[in-house]
Amino acid sequence: MNGLAPKPLSRRGLLKASLAAGGGLLIGLRLSSTASAAEFLTRATPMPPPDFDGDFEPNAFIRIDPKGAITFIMRNTECGQGIYTGASTLIAEELEVGMDQILVEAAPPDLKLYTDPLLGEQATGGSASIRGSWKPLREAGAAARMMLIAAAAEKWNVSPSACHAERGVVHGPAGQALGYGDLANDAAKQPVPTHVALKSSSQFKLIGTSPRRVDTPAKVNGTSVYGMDIQVPGMKIGTVAASPVLGGKLVRIDEAAARAVPGVRDVVQLDDVLAVIGDHMWAAMKGLQAANPVWDDGPNAHIDTQSLIAHLASDSEKAGFVAKKLGDAEGAIKAAASRYDATYQLPFLAHAPMEPINTTIHVRPDGAEVWVGTQVPVRAQMTVAKETGLPQESVKVYNQFMGGAFGRRLDIDSVTQAARIAKHVPYPVKLIWTREEDIRHDLYRPYYYDKISAGLDASGNVTGWSHRTTGSSVMARWAPPGMEEGGKLDPDAVEGSADTPYEFPTHQVAWVRSEPSALTTLWWRGVGPTHNVFVIESFMDELAAAAKQDPIAFRRTLLTKNPRALGVLDLAAKASNWGETLPAGRGRGVALQYAFQTYMATVLEIEIGAGNEIQLIRADVAVDCGPVVNPDTLAAQVQGGLIFGLSMALYSEITLTNGRVDQSNFHDYRILRIDEAPKVEVHIVHNPDGEIGGIGETGTVAAAPVLANAIFAATGRRLRRIPFGTGQLVSS
Amino acid sequence: MRRLVLALLLSLAAPLAARAASTSDLVQRGEYLTRAADCAACHTAPGGTTYAGGRQFQLPFGDLYSPNITPDKETGIGQYTDAQFIRVLHRGIGREGQHLYPAMPYPSYTKMSDEDALAIKAYLFSLPPVHAPTKPNNFGFPFNQRWLMVFWNLINNPDSRLQSDPSKSAAWNRGAYLVEALGHCAECHTPRNFMQAKSSRQFAGTIQAGWFAYNLTSDPVHGIGAWSDASLEEFLSTGKAPGHGLASGPMAEAIEYSLRYMTPDDIAAMVTYLRTIPARDDGPAIVPATVTPLSTASLGEHIFIRACAGCHLPNGTGRQSPWAALGGDHSTGDVTGTNVVQVLTNGSQIETNEGLMFMHPFTGAYTDDELAAVGNYVIGQFSGRQGQVTPQQISKARQETAPKAGPASGGGS
Amino acid sequence: MFQLVVNGQTHDVDVPPDMPLLWVLRDVLGMTGTKFGCGIAQCGACTVHVGANAVRSCLLPASSVAGQPITTIEAVGETPSGAKIQKAWLDHEVVQCGYCQSGQIMAATALLDATPKPTDADIDMAMAGNICRCGTYVRIREAIHAAADA
Ligand code: FES
Ligand code: FES
Repeated sequence: MNGLAPKPLSRRGLLKASLAAGGGLLIGLRLSSTASAAEFLTRATPMPPPDFDGDFEPNAFIRIDPKGAITFIMRNTECGQGIYTGASTLIAEELEVGMDQILVEAAPPDLKLYTDPLLGEQATGGSASIRGSWKPLREAGAAARMMLIAAAAEKWNVSPSACHAERGVVHGPAGQALGYGDLANDAAKQPVPTHVALKSSSQFKLIGTSPRRVDTPAKVNGTSVYGMDIQVPGMKIGTVAASPVLGGKLVRIDEAAARAVPGVRDVVQLDDVLAVIGDHMWAAMKGLQAANPVWDDGPNAHIDTQSLIAHLASDSEKAGFVAKKLGDAEGAIKAAASRYDATYQLPFLAHAPMEPINTTIHVRPDGAEVWVGTQVPVRAQMTVAKETGLPQESVKVYNQFMGGAFGRRLDIDSVTQAARIAKHVPYPVKLIWTREEDIRHDLYRPYYYDKISAGLDASGNVTGWSHRTTGSSVMARWAPPGMEEGGKLDPDAVEGSADTPYEFPTHQVAWVRSEPSALTTLWWRGVGPTHNVFVIESFMDELAAAAKQDPIAFRRTLLTKNPRALGVLDLAAKASNWGETLPAGRGRGVALQYAFQTYMATVLEIEIGAGNEIQLIRADVAVDCGPVVNPDTLAAQVQGGLIFGLSMALYSEITLTNGRVDQSNFHDYRILRIDEAPKVEVHIVHNPDGEIGGIGETGTVAAAPVLANAIFAATGRRLRRIPFGTGQLVSS
Repeated sequence: MRRLVLALLLSLAAPLAARAASTSDLVQRGEYLTRAADCAACHTAPGGTTYAGGRQFQLPFGDLYSPNITPDKETGIGQYTDAQFIRVLHRGIGREGQHLYPAMPYPSYTKMSDEDALAIKAYLFSLPPVHAPTKPNNFGFPFNQRWLMVFWNLINNPDSRLQSDPSKSAAWNRGAYLVEALGHCAECHTPRNFMQAKSSRQFAGTIQAGWFAYNLTSDPVHGIGAWSDASLEEFLSTGKAPGHGLASGPMAEAIEYSLRYMTPDDIAAMVTYLRTIPARDDGPAIVPATVTPLSTASLGEHIFIRACAGCHLPNGTGRQSPWAALGGDHSTGDVTGTNVVQVLTNGSQIETNEGLMFMHPFTGAYTDDELAAVGNYVIGQFSGRQGQVTPQQISKARQETAPKAGPASGGGS
Repeated sequence: MFQLVVNGQTHDVDVPPDMPLLWVLRDVLGMTGTKFGCGIAQCGACTVHVGANAVRSCLLPASSVAGQPITTIEAVGETPSGAKIQKAWLDHEVVQCGYCQSGQIMAATALLDATPKPTDADIDMAMAGNICRCGTYVRIREAIHAAADA
């Protein structure tokens, strides 16, 4: 085959080819063997970039080499949500290959090629991956298939329309057959189709089925490689202690004691962080302990949670920026037969992914290599370039599997820190944060302090609804261009409150930006909706109780023009036997949401135990997200997301004393366990041609409101402050 | 973790150069004796330099800080003469004539020989001096009136050396000296009277600063009468003994700083002496290590398997190390849960020859109901008794332990 | 210097006596299937078998298990229960990020070895020490039952 290979495609040529397919340019990180996907995924570092030798690379997402290996390049990063499988399904569907015939690999940082259309950069988050891939990745597959068919048709001298593709083989009208590998060279010479027709939902073979995940075989036999597992020749292992108070400085350490620990190789002392590097993590940990760093806590030394909350509370009295104004809500509430006001509070949260933060990095005079699991590979590349003074293109970032992310790995603070440390040592170093460091130096989900008011008329109808959120803006720090209204509005702060599924006669939403001292805030699974849906759905329940109506019936009156919302609400009600009488001590709550373009209704049943503990019995979740790529993954994400959110609603809270985070590990940042987890049934609405919605964070959004409402149903107690499971039922 | 009473209140400043120069033998012997007397535990602040003082003691009448006993001339004991040093150990009178509070166990140290006291001094004077001024105490009236201690001492401090008993073996006499003088075991294990002095119920066990210091008499049910010599020796030198549980709280510290450095002969001598303490049936009974079948689905059981069984194993035999074995532990047999509550709310740790064994406090994320339930579960599970731990008890201990302290450095545990 | 017997292979290791087995496995022997999650026996990510017992390797001094048979995720599939568990894990698509799953599988395998037909209560007892941050508990339970029936 190679003898016939055309001249390698130039970068420019590839760019041209790929733009037409809506994908971008492919830079091949190339795979030379025909290893299974699972096997390949366990490699720490992709093969070096190849000399192009006739691979067919129609766009940034597909590479077919003449030997027949079909590789999909993953723009979005895999942190457990199953995107490698979902994205592959979309490409494979139109490319006409089986999921068992493909390999997948992580995309390198490249904004031109791999910017997520919804997020505006090469990032993974916001339940955006499938939504942003739904059309482009199918088009990428279809365009490649058309070029392969065109190449075969040319060879056989038949019309392309007389040929078809199936499982990686093009079949001709007279029974001819050629594999994709055999066609790769010729396909590369075909013009890129200007128009691709996609299959209709009834033609799908893979989409809507539940193909096995491509990443799991290696994850059950211990061969999967996460950032934490990187091993490169000559590597040493370090651990760090950053100033326990944000803005503090390192005063002194006992360097001799640290170096006296067997296995310690280096001590790197920067103004706000100390790293001890050794032959293994144990040496590093012992060395760090022996170094016994003494800190000057700096200006935040006296900040504690109470003062931060007081600050928010006082800011919440401000009018704020009005993000939505439909009629005169304030006036309607004043004039209503009865008015209701409530304050809801949501705590600072740590992400605590199972894999603690880590970065493996080698800084050389001529370049750097970085092995890290990140949701933002380009940012990782840029920060290393900035800290080391190296040109960006000389910084290679090899994205790794993540042992959970939940938003934590949308920031690159730890990569920046790693670069600052690594430039002082000549060897590759894996810098691992202990769990204590991970929890105490997280970037936290903001504390929100929400005031909400509504008026009811004499027959219990809502006349006005007014919601004011006070909290930190992640967007303003993380992506200032994402701010709206000339920088005055953070759209995330009002996501889910400015656009509820309900129709209110008057509706006002306002936002007050209030930044905390002593900690930095960041996205957390479920982002805006996790916060706003808790407030709205809890308050909706309060109003239903005030109106003496059933919570679902009450909601239905506000949804008359929203059939998809009604659809999921009714489905959840039916599946959970809503309305049946429960034994004493039990209660059921409901929550409805429209988030990430997905409608979801959740019913949770709980029981209050003898020690006032909240026992989660069973959840029924009805989901309408339009087309479903992989129903099993959808169910898994909803189950897992709900449990993640219930863990938060019951137990999670980051607090500060003297500027230091009080929590440090799982004994005091408590995580829900298997014996506490409810059964979770997921019911999917069949809507294959609807608008496609995201799913990864939806379960998390539902958790707190559905639990608060279930607690109310079981006890008559309305809890307006998360977390609920740390004694509130006894004390408040 | 707060140590019981104990704290040396030497006081300082004045001329007179300390006599240094001791033979290295003397210094070595002094080091051993200093450990036997467990000076480091009190005279070291958490994360601070050993012997530089600064550890806080919360006493019934206020907070006391242990002083610096390094040979720093200005802030330490650098200017003490031999006679002054002996006087402070034997009579609790500082260099300037001030009377120390009996947080410093001079009522025990008074039994120490002059020779040993001077060996300790020689060792302390061989250390590098550390400049560390002692924090003043904050006692209120009348407890801030040090001169009142004169009367206390008249009644409560015999000021006499331990006399050997020729009718007993050499080992017994050595053990008596180690237990009574150096080890000052009675300071914790003998109940105190209304004057905060030791009562006559010698070694009958008592609660000190929230922890139960158990009955050490030879009563087989309440004391150590049923322990084998080997078990007692292992416990004293390592902090654990199969079938008898583990040392926690202040006892863990005593082992970590002091007892694990003792020679096997000295440990055996201590056991020989302890065996002869007359039996008293005070305090909670010990329950042998039996494991009752697991009850199901109680709150306490669930908390235990989530948060505790990782180390202790569901059956309490200890997964990670012998230091995590709960069966037969004196504390789990105490239905009042005094020490169980302390461990749950304070945590516990012990540095051993196999590294640091520790347990974190669990108040940060668990409710009073949950911790009380797990306390009662542990008592029920490992001693077959009905625990009486209440949420109120946890709540009280929770308040006493605030503010929370984390590991000294960011380097994990 | 002492000997560790891991998955049937004997290794001479020269490490401090208090060095936890977890770090010896990962950083000295290069076996990274066993994960670091908390370091304080609260999460179970580091679970391995010593003999028939599931233990937390993050707090287990390696020297204390010198010479004893140690099994890790890399070889648990060679045991009958381990193979059944791994298969059930794939069949039920238990895994999300997967980081906790080495520990979950080791704990579940030890459970199945000790209790071939575990009840839900048995599963609670054996698995409540293993945290899954992704919330795969519902499927872990299903998969253990399926493995027991296989
Ligand atoms: S790492 Fe060992 S239990 Fe978490
Ligand atoms: S699968 Fe991610 S922590 Fe369990």
